[in-house]
Amino acid sequence: MNEASKRKHSNMEGSSAPLRAQETVQFRVSSDPKMLKIIRAGIAHLCDLTGFAPEQRNQTMLAVDEACSNIIKYAYDGQTDRLIIVTVRLIENGIQIKLRDFGKKADEDFIKPRDLDDIRPGGLGVHLIRSTMDAVSYTNLKQGNRLTLTKYNRSVHAGNRDT
Amino acid sequence: MLEIVTREKDKASIVSISGDVDLYSSPQVRKVIIGLTERKAPVVVVDLQAVGYMDSSGIATLVEGLQQAGKYKGELKLFGLTAAVREVFELSRLDKVFQIYQTEEAALKSVGKNN
Repeated sequence: MNEASKRKHSNMEGSSAPLRAQETVQFRVSSDPKMLKIIRAGIAHLCDLTGFAPEQRNQTMLAVDEACSNIIKYAYDGQTDRLIIVTVRLIENGIQIKLRDFGKKADEDFIKPRDLDDIRPGGLGVHLIRSTMDAVSYTNLKQGNRLTLTKYNRSVHAGNRDT
Repeated sequence: MLEIVTREKDKASIVSISGDVDLYSSPQVRKVIIGLTERKAPVVVVDLQAVGYMDSSGIATLVEGLQQAGKYKGELKLFGLTAAVREVFELSRLDKVFQIYQTEEAALKSVGKNN
């Protein structure tokens, strides 16, 4: 394999998209709820760079905020001095966000959205994450969890369809 | 920084919230709303005009307030939802559960008419 094809192989991750520069930004924050506003502000700016419409930006902020809140409440049982790593990657037509914690493992039942007809306080976070993002995947790691959220730029898709 | 101002008007307790309502700030909102329902305030009107962001912890606080008020036949109404906040209610399918109005005047005018 020559150098060019090696680079292509290592960057494509199964995609047939051409190589392009991918900006990656990482936030390493404590599991303190007061950090949520800072994370939201960062996500909002990155969504703007992606060219998201305000609605898409707000949805992405909401999903990341809900995911971080769940890490604080459930993976870390409300402890405010644990580590949360938020890695944001601008992809070709959207944004991919990975949230890493080192707390309790999320079980299968917990990450299912609840029945919305059951009107009660709480338990909406997973539903909001799933209904605002295009792809959501959980990975149980040896220590902690990784949640990967992906959202695509709808205006890019719409533009492609129109051409 | 979240600010909450409560005032009385036409037998209603109007709670005006300014700022983002999230896991960090929602306990402040809960303290005020649940404080009113514990005192069995007949009408609680929550002004959300200056709330640019609300997550599920804020929604949960309002659901709790609504349910507490319902237990003593009280009313909890909302008005002035920004587009971002309204979307969270819609995604949660709670926009039909709450009495939501455009203005304070409309919310006050509806008192006693929806029970």
